[in-house]
Amino acid sequence: MTGTWIAVLATAAGCYALKLAGLTVPHRILANRRVRRFAELVPVALLAALSAVQTVTTGQALAFDAARLAGLGAAVVALALRAPFLVVIVAAAVTAAVLRAAGIS
Amino acid sequence: MPAQRTDSGPAPDYAGPGAADEAGPAARPPRPVRDGIGLGLAVGVSGLAFGAAAVGSGLTVWQACALSILAFTGASQFALAGVIASGGSLLAGTAGAILLGSRNALYGLRLAEVLRPRGLGRLPAAVGIVDETTAITLAQPDPVTARTAFIATSWCLYLTWNAATLGGALGAGRLGSPQAFGIDVVGPAAFLALIWPRLASGHTERLVALGGAALALMTTPVLPVGVPVILAATAALAGALTAPAVAEPGAEGAAGTGGDFTGGRR
Repeated sequence: MTGTWIAVLATAAGCYALKLAGLTVPHRILANRRVRRFAELVPVALLAALSAVQTVTTGQALAFDAARLAGLGAAVVALALRAPFLVVIVAAAVTAAVLRAAGIS
Repeated sequence: MPAQRTDSGPAPDYAGPGAADEAGPAARPPRPVRDGIGLGLAVGVSGLAFGAAAVGSGLTVWQACALSILAFTGASQFALAGVIASGGSLLAGTAGAILLGSRNALYGLRLAEVLRPRGLGRLPAAVGIVDETTAITLAQPDPVTARTAFIATSWCLYLTWNAATLGGALGAGRLGSPQAFGIDVVGPAAFLALIWPRLASGHTERLVALGGAALALMTTPVLPVGVPVILAATAALAGALTAPAVAEPGAEGAAGTGGDFTGGRR
């Protein structure tokens, strides 16, 4: 539990420091075009990776959980229909929950 | 949103204030406070999802709240909770979450030009720098309006996001098994929603997303949990080196990022 608190506080400190750095660091360091492009693309790569890993792995093994996959599928459908964020999340969770209640997992 | 007047007759083509809204900001000057509060409330509510996902991941209610109070950047918060849920290395989880927050530094850079915060004023201003506040601030026509918009949006989003986090965390804590309620799908769905507008915006974005996901999945069996996700950043590096942005990202650079908390969805 202490380890988790350290991770929580370190994440908070790091995220805040990055925000503050943008306000204080001289313009030219962060104004480089490739640096900007990298910072734009980092969330795309990391969030795609996180989504994939949390959907089809458990620990260090690939694991295909039907309810989880269906939940993400529901999210994709909701996103394609331009549903609001919370609707996307609820659609995913409800789909997985209903399938599990029906004994599918 | 102005209420539809009912005393103006049953005209279906009623061209009241609602029509002006649809005409977009070019037709009517934005009202920074009203817009900021509207955005803050609409986006902040998704803190419910974070609170629920965090507690479902094994964080305590207070740890979930501490992240929202201190880190206040949705994607990083979801990311740390996700790595903790999968029993991954805390170091890798922290590194990934901080890496995700790196774009806020670039937003700070842009905002510093507009807001011109001085001295200790930078300390509170920095807290509010996220996708949504940057987008709305840079969309204002002049520095005075921009400052008002930034303050209104920051405060409203901060308070709503934190209240919603607490609500979601307490609510999820009452559920017996988070899995039975599909809480384990909240994280992956939220990540997808956050990048969805970016995937629609460009070929490079789609390649980087696919590359990042593939790299992480392929290395999952051989690397400690959490590390494959950090490795996915090399896909972003490859994307940045091989296909630099055609145009300099300005205000639309922030708006195009989607949203830190909702992928730009309201």
